[in-house]
Formats: sequence, C-alpha cells, structure tokens
Amino acid sequence: MRIDSTEKLGQWQKECQKRIEAQKKRVLVCLGPGCLAGGSDQILEEFKNILAQKKIKDVTVESIKKTGCHGLCARGPLVVIEPEGIFYSKVKKANVAEIVEKTLEKGELVEKLLYTDPESKKKIVDYKEIPFYARQMKLSLRNVGQIDPDSISDYIARGGYAALAKVLKSMKPAKVIDEVSRSGLRGRGGGGFSTGRKWASCAKIESDIRYVICNGDEGDPGAFMDRCIMEGDPHSVLEGMIICAFAIDSPEGYIYVREEYPLAVVNLRNAIDAARQHGLLGKDIMGSGFDFDIKINRGGGAFVCGESSALMKSVAGEVGEPRAKYVRSVAKGLHDKPTVLNNVESFATIPVIIDKGADWFASIGTKKSTGTKAFSLAGKITNTGLIEVPMGITLREIIYDIGGGIPEGRKFKAVQTGGPSGGCLPEAKLDLPVDFDTLTEAGSMMGSGGMIIMDDRTCMVDVARYFLNFLVEESCGKCVPCREGLYQLHKLCVKICEGKADEDDLALMERLSKVIQTASLCGLGTSGPNPFLSTVMYFRDEYLAHIRDRKCPGGVCKELITYSINDKCTGCMACIRVCPVNAITGEKKKLHVLDQELCTKCGSCYAVCNFDAIDIV
Amino acid sequence: MRMIEIEKVREVIGQNPADKASLIAVLQDIQKEFHYLPQMALKEAADYMGVPLSKVYSAATFYKAFSLKPRGEKIVRVCKGTACHIKGADLILEQLETGLGIKAGETSEDLKFTIEIVNCVGACAMAPVMIVNDKYHGNVRVDKALKLVKKD
Ligand SMILES: Cc1cc2nc3c(=O)[nH]c(=O)nc-3n(C[C@H](O)[C@H](O)[C@H](O)COP(=O)(O)O)c2cc1C
Ligand code: SF4
Ligand code: SF4
Ligand code: SF4
Ligand code: FES
Ligand code: FES
Repeated sequence: MRIDSTEKLGQWQKECQKRIEAQKKRVLVCLGPGCLAGGSDQILEEFKNILAQKKIKDVTVESIKKTGCHGLCARGPLVVIEPEGIFYSKVKKANVAEIVEKTLEKGELVEKLLYTDPESKKKIVDYKEIPFYARQMKLSLRNVGQIDPDSISDYIARGGYAALAKVLKSMKPAKVIDEVSRSGLRGRGGGGFSTGRKWASCAKIESDIRYVICNGDEGDPGAFMDRCIMEGDPHSVLEGMIICAFAIDSPEGYIYVREEYPLAVVNLRNAIDAARQHGLLGKDIMGSGFDFDIKINRGGGAFVCGESSALMKSVAGEVGEPRAKYVRSVAKGLHDKPTVLNNVESFATIPVIIDKGADWFASIGTKKSTGTKAFSLAGKITNTGLIEVPMGITLREIIYDIGGGIPEGRKFKAVQTGGPSGGCLPEAKLDLPVDFDTLTEAGSMMGSGGMIIMDDRTCMVDVARYFLNFLVEESCGKCVPCREGLYQLHKLCVKICEGKADEDDLALMERLSKVIQTASLCGLGTSGPNPFLSTVMYFRDEYLAHIRDRKCPGGVCKELITYSINDKCTGCMACIRVCPVNAITGEKKKLHVLDQELCTKCGSCYAVCNFDAIDIV
Repeated sequence: MRMIEIEKVREVIGQNPADKASLIAVLQDIQKEFHYLPQMALKEAADYMGVPLSKVYSAATFYKAFSLKPRGEKIVRVCKGTACHIKGADLILEQLETGLGIKAGETSEDLKFTIEIVNCVGACAMAPVMIVNDKYHGNVRVDKALKLVKKD
C-alpha cells in the first residue's frame, strides 16, 4: 500500500495493529549480536521447522519472529513469548521442541529456562519483573528486541512514522526545530551538543542544498548501542532523519555504517526499500510534496572516520582525515554544503520527542541532560548487555541494581566510560549522577555510551597503555602533536608497565598530555590523553607501585609478575593442555610444576584452572 | 594462488557509478570478491573512475578494512576491543598464533588461515569474541579457541 496522505497512515496503523492482535501468541527470538554469538539463528530455524510440521492452536510459523537485542545479553540466547512476556534464557536448540510442546501447546512453563533471581533464588516468569529490566526506561530502544526489524508493519503497529505524519501535516520546519530545541536533547554521539541548536544553525545558512548525515560509525570499542538500534529498529533512524530533513529542508541523506556491522547495512537497506515502497521515503513523502532520499555508505574501518569532518570526507569517497574546524560543518559540511550530522541514537530519539512533546521529554532526566541514555554494559559485570536509563541515575544504580554487580565475588575497581576519549572512574565516584556535565567534571566523559566495568584483576596502567596504543594506531597522522605526542606517551606508558620507568617519566607524561590536548587538530588528539590522565588522577598508587616497587597490583603486566602453582592443584591437567610453551609438567592427579624459565606469562593456565591453584605474584 | 580474471574484476567494479565518490565502495566490492585488493584490480578501478592510481592506493592503505596481500580461506578475526582486552583477548590470540604458526596479520603458507585483529565488533557483552569467516563466537575459552577455528 502506498501511503499518499497522512490520514492513510492512521488507517494502515490500525490494520497493522489488528494483524498483530490476531496473532494470539508471538515467540520473539533474539538475533542481536550477543545471542547470535550463542547460536540463536539456529534456534529460530528450529522453531520454524517444528511449527511448519505441527498444528497448534493460535501459533503459526508467522508467530515466530526474529528481533534485535533484547537487552540481557549475558543470559543469551533469549526467547520471549508474548503476550505474557515469558522470559527464557540460555536457550539451546535442543530446548526448542520442549518449549513448543509445553509452553505453546499446553501453556505450561519450562522451569529450567526461567530466570532465577540471584538474591531471592526465586524464578521470575515475566521479564518486566527482572531487576535488570525493571529500572530501565526505553525511548531510543523502544522497539529494539520487540519487533522484527525487517517488518515495516511491525514498526507501523507500534506507532512508527506517526511522528513524521504529524510533522508533515501540522508543523512548519521552524516549529519542528523549536520542539527539538525545547526538548533539551543533546547529541548522543559523545560531544553532547544541543541537537536543536545544530539544526537551527544549519537551517539558517543560505545554500542551494543541505544534507543530513547519520553517524553510524560507532568506533568506540566496548560500545554497541548504535549497532543494536540500526540492526534492531532501522526505521526509527530513518524516521528521525526524515524529520530532520524536513526541518532543515534537505533532499538527500546518508547513513555511514562501520564496516564491522554488515547486518546493520542489510537491515537498513531493507528498511529504506520498504519505506520507499510505501511512500514514506523518496518523492512526495505521504503526499506532502516533500522529497527526501537516503543512501548508505559503508565505512572502511578507521576510528577517526567517526569524527564529523573526516566522516564527510569519507562519504565523498576520500581519505578520512579531519580538517580544522574554524568553519563548522553545519555551514561547510559534505561537499562543502551545510550539513547536519547526528548520531544514530539521537535520530532514533527524535520521533519520540515529536510524538510526546518537548515538555514531556524535558521532564525526564536532569535539567541540563534531559531524557534517557542507552548504555552498553560490558567487562567484569554480571549482566552484560544493552540498557537505557533516565539521565541522572547514579553509576552505582547502573552497575549494581541493573548490572548485578561484579561476578566471581571480585571487587569493583573502575568503570570506563566514553571510550578512548573518556576515562576511568573509581569506587568513590559511584554515586555521581550520570549526565554529560558531571562525568566530564569527574575527568571522564559520557561518550557514546560504552560502559566497561573493571575488577581488581585489571591493571589501570595497562588500561591506559591499551587506549594509548589504540589511539596511536588510529591517529590519522595529519598533525604532529597527536601523531608524535601520543606515540611518545604510549612509549612512556609501556616503560612503566615494564617496570623500567622512574617518577620523572610520569611527570613528563603529564606535561606531554597538556601539549597534546592543546595543540591537536581534532577530537581524537585533544581527548587522547584522557584515559591516561584519569587513571593517574584516581589510581596514582598503581602507577607508583609499578615505578617504585616494580610490582603490578592487578597482576597483569608481564614483566612484573610471576606465575606459580600452589598446593591446591588437583592434577587435572587442564593447564598443561593450554600452555603454549610447555612450561608446565606433571602427572594426572599429582601436583604440577611450572617452569619459570620457559613461562612466557601468557596467563592461559590461570584462565583455565578451576581450583585456584595458580598464583600470580 | 587463485587466478584473477579481468572480466570478473570489471564486472565487480562496474556495479558502481563511474565517479570518484564511489572509490571506497569500489574497493569494498573488490575486497569482498577476492578477499584482498589485487594490484591489477586497483589499476582497473583507477581507470574506471578516472582517478590517479596513487589516490586509489592512498585510500586502500588508509582504511583498515583493506588488504593488499592475499588472505587465507579462513579469516580468523580476534577482537581486541576494550571489553575483550579486559576479558583476556591476548590469551586467545596467543593460543591461535602458536597453534597455527602465524602471527596476527599473517596468512599461513598454504593460504588456509589468516589471523586478524579487530577493534570491537559490537558483541562486547559476549567478550572475548572471535569471528571465523562470518560466524561469531562469544565467551571464547582459551582452551577451546583453536579447536573452534579448525572445526568451523
Ligand atoms: C575521533 C572521533 C571519533 C568519533 N566517533 C564517533 C562515532 O563513532 N559515532 C558518533 O556518533 N560520533 C562520533 N564522534 C562524534 C562526532 O564527531 C559528532 O560529534 C557526532 O556524531 C554528532 O552527533 P550528535 O550531535 O548526535 O552526538 C567522534 C568524534 C571524534 C573526535
Ligand atoms: S588530532 Fe590526530 S586524528 Fe585528529 S587530525 Fe590530528 S593527527 Fe589526525
Ligand atoms: S589446571 Fe590448576 S588444578 Fe589443574 S593441573 Fe593445572 S594448576 Fe593443577
Ligand atoms: S602463564 Fe602461559 S606460558 Fe606461563 S605457564 Fe601459564 S600457560 Fe604456560
Ligand atoms: S543480543 Fe540477545 S539480549 Fe542482547
Ligand atoms: S570489545 Fe570485543 S566485541 Fe566489543
């Protein structure tokens, strides 16, 4: 059906909703990145195979849907059965027949697949009652995990494109910009710049053409929110972009997707085709006379291409090197024309703001950081996964109430936010509210929302070394302070890790950091020293332990530690099999011996020993 | 080594518009077909789009996605993003390097395996992550990594 008027969308929405309601049961199989790594594609197939052969009341092959990330990836593969919200976790292909037989045919539960609350040890059936989900508020992730990303009618049924219809029918471009401005939305890609202000200044500039670009580069290691939105709810990104295009009067848009996300490209492409077919994209959108179309660009795997000016060069088919920003890209962007560039999550939030109004949105979160923010939780945390919470929630609530704390009874050491531009915050900062300004003041950054939790087996100097190495490799090399400065900074950091540095080196690193911050051309360089500076600020002791005592308290830096086997060893032989240099010898059920001379300190034996028999000193 | 046919090269390149804005897309298509960028294909691409060969090389070396050297049948990518680093990606890499007898970035002589390092593939919740061709493996255990690669 071609939607040639805004009224017709309303009618279509009713039909789509009816169709969904007619499906009495829906089985949602998560095909997000985490569950997929656990083989959820095979689970989906198995459901379809079984249902193609069996006749069950109210359940057909169509009742089985694939979705994007449902959130609690740590428990994946996940299967959710609606309307009850029955939550099955750690599902295996072999469980599918049982789910069909018990739950779908007889309405019984498969107890062993239910979530068990770690504290009360009670089984929880409905996922909305699991603490991980109960504390969240999903706006940008409103449909991710709930709908089939390839089904435009799923999106329509949940109110998709209604915001666009509202805009086209009853709003002037200036009014749209005003609404976005008043909502207080700040860009979710890291910088936190007011989205409304960006649109307003772009719309003001005289030009024959203006462009809209969506930044789906998501180069921050440890972040996967944008991936999950592009894969799990691509239409929400398109809708946000079309609204933006209307507001600034742009005929042409681009989505830049990083090369590591091939599924995002496929799902976006399908969504673009479907939207075009239904008259929601392309010429004369919903019969309003407004034209706008979107193309996809695949990135080439360079972190610096997430930076706005580099990204625009890459879209134009050139090497992605940033340029100096004395003229901003809202004025001179893609092909030197005025351009609005926003992050995936920013765009996905726009329809919600238009739908529910600026005031409603601004009432969520804090005064200066309104709304919600999506985070990816990873590292040493029990509930790794994808979450969205109101701004202003504390780090402690995220890590302990939602994230379930640190696994294996270990101690929390730091939380890393903001990726390579951000920093590490210690225990003492856990009660800080999470918003743009507070995190920056504390020496870290909101960034795009990657949150990596570290326990006492992490070395903070090694973490700084890790990020510096990343940045050295990713620097485009155009300007000296970044190219040479970060290189030297990394070299000095390695020196500390190797136990060869003295305190003057640390002072030199701090001085060098100032120069790099001041004199680099783009954000990669100016924020490059942050991971180092924040770790020295909060974990100076650890640096000093490396320098003065030649010790690595986290037990990570190879030059400063030794491995040995203690008498808890049961002789299970697991370590022998895994040692790449045959440094361990011993017989079955007898105490093993580790040859320090041969050991390369790779740590594999420690990782596999189930009996705490390997010591690191 | 595989024979590269000029017709195939032209067909792959020809899917894109013949202007310089397609440069990166063209390189991606060549790489997808041949798993690396053969020199001859780059020359063809430069002619087709009307850009100097130096510009093609400049893009081909700037972006990490491209390889100028032939790569193996099985491309094993080990994620060294932050989450994977914290969860022991180095151990997995070390196992694979010793087990396959090649270093990261190298291809085995028989063109069977290539090991590559990637920075975060967006499956951090299941760190450490390894990808064999296009199949994701999450929560990879050190003692299972090599087996997974050989089996898959
Ligand atoms: C080195 C560097 C990398 C960046 N990478 C990304 C990225 O991957 N995704 C993103 O949305 N923004 C990234 N940014 C920020 C963008 O330049 C830009 O500010 C943002 O996309 C604007 O969108 P927003 O206002 O909606 O946040 C990066 C910035 C720098 C300096
Ligand atoms: S700061 Fe670094 S990444 Fe940015 S332009 Fe300079 S060299 Fe390139
Ligand atoms: S893995 Fe642990 S318990 Fe088993 S032989 Fe090695 S040191 Fe002993
Ligand atoms: S640390 Fe690595 S090299 Fe040393 S004994 Fe253990 S497995 Fe072998
Ligand atoms: S991928 Fe399935 S819950 Fe995240
Ligand atoms: S850090 Fe390895 S997948 Fe993100």
